[in-house]
Amino acid sequence: MNLTLQVWRQKSRDAEGGFAEYPATDISPDASFLEMLDVVNERLTEKGEDPIHFEHDCREGICGSCGMMINGVAHGPLGGTATCQLHMRNFNDGDHVRIEPWRARAFPVIKDLIVDRSPLDKIIQAGGYISVNTGSAVEANTLPIPKQVQERSMDAAECIQCGACVAQCPNGAAQLFTAAKVSHLGLLPQGQPERYERVAKMVEVMESYFGSCTLFRECEAVCPKEISVEFISRMNKDYLASKFKANSASE
Amino acid sequence: MTIKLESKIPPGPLPEKWEHAKSHYKLVNPANKRKYDIIVVGAGLAGASAAASLGELGYNVKCFVYHDSPRRAHSIAAQGGINAAKNYRNDGDSVYRLFYDTIKGGDYRAREGNVHRLAELSVNIIDQAVAQGVPFAREYGGALENRSFGGVQVSRTFYARGQTGQQLLLGAFQAQERQIALGTVKQYNRYEMLDLVVVDGHAKGIITRNLVTGKIESFAADAVVLGTGGYVNVFYLSTNAMASNATAIWRAHRRGAAFANPCYTQIHPTCIPQTGDYQSKLTLMSESLRNDGRIWVPKAQGDKRPPRDIPESERDYYLERKYPSFGNLAPRDIASRAAKEACDEGKGIGASGRGVYLDFADAIQRLGRPLIEERYGNLFEMYHDITAEDPYESPMRIYPAPHYSMGGLWVDYNLMSTIPGCYVIGEANFSDHGANRLGASALMQGLADGYFVLPVTIGDYLADHLGKKVQTSHPAFAEAETAVRQRVTTLLDARGKRSVDSYHKELGTIMWDYCGMARSADGLKKALGMIRELRQQYWKDVRVLGTGEELNQALEKAGRVADFFELAELMCIDALHREESAGGHFRVEHQTPDGEAKRNDDEFLYVAAWEHKGEGNEPVLHKEPLVYEEVKLATRSYK
Repeated sequence: MNLTLQVWRQKSRDAEGGFAEYPATDISPDASFLEMLDVVNERLTEKGEDPIHFEHDCREGICGSCGMMINGVAHGPLGGTATCQLHMRNFNDGDHVRIEPWRARAFPVIKDLIVDRSPLDKIIQAGGYISVNTGSAVEANTLPIPKQVQERSMDAAECIQCGACVAQCPNGAAQLFTAAKVSHLGLLPQGQPERYERVAKMVEVMESYFGSCTLFRECEAVCPKEISVEFISRMNKDYLASKFKANSASE
Repeated sequence: MTIKLESKIPPGPLPEKWEHAKSHYKLVNPANKRKYDIIVVGAGLAGASAAASLGELGYNVKCFVYHDSPRRAHSIAAQGGINAAKNYRNDGDSVYRLFYDTIKGGDYRAREGNVHRLAELSVNIIDQAVAQGVPFAREYGGALENRSFGGVQVSRTFYARGQTGQQLLLGAFQAQERQIALGTVKQYNRYEMLDLVVVDGHAKGIITRNLVTGKIESFAADAVVLGTGGYVNVFYLSTNAMASNATAIWRAHRRGAAFANPCYTQIHPTCIPQTGDYQSKLTLMSESLRNDGRIWVPKAQGDKRPPRDIPESERDYYLERKYPSFGNLAPRDIASRAAKEACDEGKGIGASGRGVYLDFADAIQRLGRPLIEERYGNLFEMYHDITAEDPYESPMRIYPAPHYSMGGLWVDYNLMSTIPGCYVIGEANFSDHGANRLGASALMQGLADGYFVLPVTIGDYLADHLGKKVQTSHPAFAEAETAVRQRVTTLLDARGKRSVDSYHKELGTIMWDYCGMARSADGLKKALGMIRELRQQYWKDVRVLGTGEELNQALEKAGRVADFFELAELMCIDALHREESAGGHFRVEHQTPDGEAKRNDDEFLYVAAWEHKGEGNEPVLHKEPLVYEEVKLATRSYK
């Protein structure tokens, strides 16, 4: 199949960017979107033009490296899928495809389609963990966890930190990402001792980098792991509760 | 420097060796720990768990990754599970059995002492992961659930849907992020290690390239830990992530670290077959699928009917037929060779004829679709996304693909390489899997090394090196930096005709054809000639656009492929010298009448550790004899 790409090119963080048009000809419908870009890059290299830079690694939809706005939609037209798992059979011969980097104030462009997502790690550093040093764990089956609780926790834990939720949000908010981690840990019995402290700290750091959530639910629509916005209400509840709890130990 | 291989296996009976070692290691007192700098390169399961644990102990850790976040490491893609000898199923499992299965699975080419320690620690890993909040699968009563993996007859594999690696890595990543926040771990994202700095025979630091600015920098430390993963991307098409590479360990090898058993690579039996030239990687379908899926090909050659039109009587469930006691859960090397054999006989399926079926019809009928969805839902979805076929309706098409490297830098029992102060953990070392790794054992080894072994053993070295850190002003750093800059410049200045990828593809094809699932002396000799020729051409003719002072993905890749060329050569040399078949190393000259691997214990019961002797010189072989005190050597049988 043949397509026409309009790709955002930007040499560096401070350089001015703009769209450039490239033909993507003779593409197999079985190729992934990134493999289509590989083919385009191979041809650009042959012609002596700088290849398009984009982030990618596992190409199995799990590492969270890849991600781009495809015709205005994070990760493209297929729901529940990271860009690397999007295949060209989801496009039509002759399509024009506009490819942009994540657009969010918190994610400055580094080059072409590559952005700096480091604020997401900062949210984890603020409390996205259970404080347990190596060696101090108790026997694993000491703590029974109801299957439903574990499944719910796993639903949230599947987040791949790709940043699509932020990129799609008109406010550039990171609520879905933060809520997923808060819920993954807060649902589990192991996560209870730090539950309220955790949410308070994580939300505080989140708000220092990202916009506010006004419930557009665009994040949920593009999340490659289809993480539910219900986790956001859960986080908000915990956050509110944290204001009334001096420390969780007294509960 | 001449290499001496001292395995440092502790004395005493096997189950007491680790205890003995721990009781005799020198210690660094808590107040002194902060006086030591430790560099950790890589943040997969091994690197992240090591960085976090060393930070918790109070060491100053610097962790370097080439990703934008440590959580991107390829451990994240591990699907099926992690083994542990918990015996929660009451099915006769024990530490000894896990140890024995691993030794046997590795075709008697691993060290007993290391493997027993691994089996002992397996139970602690599960405890640690659960405490961190890893949401392993549970039963309705709330206890942990298990499933089976290849090469064993118990259920000892713990899992979190089809994303076990992701969840375990997040556990380690979060522990690491906690240490970053506490200031014990300093994180360097988008930095690639391009050389190891050795001063007076000891590892004292690394040279890195900042992948955003291109700046070449030196970092000094009291010890360097490499947790940089495996090297099967040498085959170009593999299940590894696109950036997975051997540069860190190869650079260390060139600085004096012996490379052990490079020819031991694992070809995983269940991957989605290649469909075209544009293909950038092969996707694994977890081994856990073989719990419920049945593998078959048509009995007749060239039978191209749709699978559902082929009646039961005209199908060959070849694993069940050849290995009745293990059936579809035969170990990976055996299952892969059997698939190749079926395709070589002309019974392969799909357009290319290089594929076999993995069929869930029986399981869906027996257990119902909801249960299959719960167990493998995300894998079925991934398969559907990639192939546009629905595995609930028609069987999956699968074929073997390079997946894991058992070989790696040689390490002693303490995980130290032949360069004192340079430690190697996880897939990057050679230590525990012999000639074939069992499923769900990579996660176990990475985490055992990082959480429990290295943090203890490294103190034994550091205790004698208080205050002996070398500053980056030492001439060794300047020398290494210059060499790195020179290499970058040479790659950029070639200004040739062909892209890095086109060379990598060609190298991969040579390796797959001659150093893949079946190897012969003639083929390997031929491959060596081809690789040397291609490598020469590469340095003259590679085309890397752009400059070294910016984010330049082609340049990053060019350096990695350059190292793959050298490693590929060593793999073939090793494969050629090992005149036997063992595990994943199958020499066609050495097979039993029914086509199984035929070992030669009289001559090859050793670890082959290769010493680099400089550009253009033949590497030198050192042998570490394998001593089996506990297990009796036997011909591996899964029949």
